[in-house]
Amino acid sequence: MKESAYNPQQSRRKFINSLGCLTIGFSLTGTRWAEATPSTPALPGSLALEDRINAWLEVLADGRVRVLTGKMELGQGIRTAIAQVAAEELDLDLGQVEVHLAETGRTPNEGYTAGSGSIEHSAMAVRHAAAAARQRLLELADRHWSTQPEQLQITQGKISRRGTGQVLTFAELLNGKQLEEEVKPSVKLKPKNEYRYVGKPIHRTDIEQMVRGESVYVHDLRLPGMVHARVVRPPAYRARLESFDQSTFKVPGLLKTVVNGSFVAVVTEQEYQAVQAQQQAREHARWSRTEPLPTGQDLEAYIKTLPTRSQNVKSQGTVSPLDQPDGRTLRASYFKPYQMHGSIGPSCAVALYEGDTLHVWTHTQGVYPLRDAIAKMLNMDPDKVHLKGVPGSGCYGHNGADDVAADAALVAVAYPGKPVRMQWMREDEHAWEPYGSAMRLEAEARLDDAGRITHWRYALWSDSHSSRPGGNPGNLLAARYLAKPFNPPGSGYAGGAFRNSEPYYAIPNYKIDVHTFEGPLRVSALRSLGAYGNVFAIESFMDELSVKAKKDPLDFRIMHSTDERAVAVMQKLKEIVRSVKTGPNEGIGVAFSRYKNTATYCAVAAQVAVDKASGQVQVERMWAVIDAGEVINPDGIINQTEGGMVQAASWTLKEEVLFNQQHVSSRDWTSYPIFRYSDVPTVEITLIPRPHDEPLGAGEAAQGPTAAALVNAIYRASGKRIRHLPVRPEEVAG
Amino acid sequence: MEKDLTLHVNGKQHTVRIDPVTPLLYVLRNQLELNGPKYGCGHEVCGACMVLLDGVAMPSCKIPVESMEGRKITTLEGLTRPDGTLHPVQRAFVEEQAAQCGYCLNGMVMAAVALLEANKQPDDAAIRAGMERNLCRCGTQTRIMKAIRRAAKES
Repeated sequence: MKESAYNPQQSRRKFINSLGCLTIGFSLTGTRWAEATPSTPALPGSLALEDRINAWLEVLADGRVRVLTGKMELGQGIRTAIAQVAAEELDLDLGQVEVHLAETGRTPNEGYTAGSGSIEHSAMAVRHAAAAARQRLLELADRHWSTQPEQLQITQGKISRRGTGQVLTFAELLNGKQLEEEVKPSVKLKPKNEYRYVGKPIHRTDIEQMVRGESVYVHDLRLPGMVHARVVRPPAYRARLESFDQSTFKVPGLLKTVVNGSFVAVVTEQEYQAVQAQQQAREHARWSRTEPLPTGQDLEAYIKTLPTRSQNVKSQGTVSPLDQPDGRTLRASYFKPYQMHGSIGPSCAVALYEGDTLHVWTHTQGVYPLRDAIAKMLNMDPDKVHLKGVPGSGCYGHNGADDVAADAALVAVAYPGKPVRMQWMREDEHAWEPYGSAMRLEAEARLDDAGRITHWRYALWSDSHSSRPGGNPGNLLAARYLAKPFNPPGSGYAGGAFRNSEPYYAIPNYKIDVHTFEGPLRVSALRSLGAYGNVFAIESFMDELSVKAKKDPLDFRIMHSTDERAVAVMQKLKEIVRSVKTGPNEGIGVAFSRYKNTATYCAVAAQVAVDKASGQVQVERMWAVIDAGEVINPDGIINQTEGGMVQAASWTLKEEVLFNQQHVSSRDWTSYPIFRYSDVPTVEITLIPRPHDEPLGAGEAAQGPTAAALVNAIYRASGKRIRHLPVRPEEVAG
Repeated sequence: MEKDLTLHVNGKQHTVRIDPVTPLLYVLRNQLELNGPKYGCGHEVCGACMVLLDGVAMPSCKIPVESMEGRKITTLEGLTRPDGTLHPVQRAFVEEQAAQCGYCLNGMVMAAVALLEANKQPDDAAIRAGMERNLCRCGTQTRIMKAIRRAAKES
């Protein structure tokens, strides 16, 4: 079964119309995003959605080239990677490439910046569009001078005719036009042995802007006449506003109080006035009482009691021998709690309703699907809703970005003519963002005499891992509280819970089932979706099985692997950790997965020290070996992997969203602690270069293996098998 | 309620008319239009809003602006020399590419500058202790520690 995704096809006609240049021969009945099976030979990446050169790049009068991507910069360095491939194919200096991030009506509609897909989708589209542009520009020069192609040289945005001193810039050749040709699958790419930028650790230009304190984030926008807004959330998910006493609500600088159903927001002149108004507004609002959240019970047991929709993910052979447990079978149950994105900067958006058009500056991961959802929420024509992507604080998933944009849009429409800056406070983000779902994961397996797995049964219980707007206003927090509310649609099975639920090992008989429930907390996509929980469980279980089979844990995995690239990352990891000495109460654990079973290969080792008296675990070192196919920017991929491992270690050892009967009680960094410097280990990443293979999504590959490597290391250090996250000192002690 | 207050920020005097209880952060960002200090938690526990107060790295998200008169305030912008040359710590962050989203970077740089002022050659434990108040969600702490060691070596 395939995971579903937002379908940008719906918006395509509007995008093309807005460009005002509908190219003849352009198929509007193209393939669906989620099942992109274009006719062969295939156009790579997002070209299947948008195949004209000028949808992806524009030649500027000053000789530079502007690349248009439908993806967002999230800190993953996509802007730089895309500039690298464009500069490479067009033989430009890197500084001559400007990258325009996702904007409705301006950039291609590439759906979401998610699933580690930006290199595979966007950078590959840009690479081919730039190569097609190069080919076309050379043809034009050839025609202009009536010369032979071998007489032409292309460099730094100019084409010169050898031996004549004649030079034309790209812009001169185009004479005010852009390249409207379609990109053909047969377009000739630059030979990889001639690369100057691709595969090199090029510095990101935005980091220097950051250290200089330049305007980088949506939080930094200061528009003329801008006013400040805060939203007043209910005390509980289902609480409704019974009354709001506006007559006694008076605070300095108050410009407007927006009350629409149970949506309440305040607008003030100065920002701190909005903070004060938000606090005081809470005292003027009366809310209905709601059913209590399920507290006082073990969440791991509770989620298995909820009604589920159950489906088989994949099966092969028979697993009936597992029904008679004996000395050759093993079973175990694992649990991960709700975890939060916990962006360091709470979400922010700026919106301006002027004339009949709404403009929203947002750090959403998908401008088009959010545009469609906001338009429906406000009953507006999507063409009158313009969203511009501006980077925000790192999220690695669906945090409050879309919701705060909806909040800003609602306030802007109620307070037209002025830019409204809507900033969530820390508590708003912690208590209202959609979390990564709690998951229960049950595994059973049977070994033969040689220690090989013959049967495998795996079942997982999870809420959805995707409630992104996807054009549906019911997925926007504020829309649920309006006088005419929109209900959340729920996505159940399609929500990515079963990502990586199938082990990437050769097992003759297996059965994998997913049971989706609707749990007590709001949930959506958190970095790697279900893969974190599934790989934690599968790779913990593989470790338990290796002990039962009396095999080295890496050898045990290798003997079940048929993919030589999987074997290669594990062999390399084995070489690295072989020479590492561990002292008393120290241990090294390993794990492996291939992200989504189709993307980056990642083998992780972790070394921990356990204080047996207190149960405290210190992560000392972590290593990863990854094979991401062709790598555009090795430093970018190393940065992503290091960071992913530190983040996953924090999830695994510290993090759990807690709630009381009323609402989420993890409302700040004290009630939801994450790793600080004293917790952070040294991290070493080894990249296996595969320059001639396809690039593979990499940004989320380390999340699952890191969790498993850590609990496996705790087992090696202490003999304690941790199956319930986060790791609790009382379970490690003794 | 509003009052004229004189602040000494990045080597210059600024007079702002503001409610004196307003936390320093909001004045720096909105009245002085500085992007460096960032709103993160409002509880002085994440470090995103750090500035140097008389050379000491301090959160600016709670402290009332009226208590800042007479203090020497330096923000991220104030570390850069007038000719645009970066401070060694800023330069080291670029060289080590010590950021992902970069939202925490302001506080990280300010805390690192204060750390290196107090301890020219901090060891690993001293770096961790000096940076303990600052949170990063992208997991760039290992790179930031490398940047601090580089800055210590080069300055």
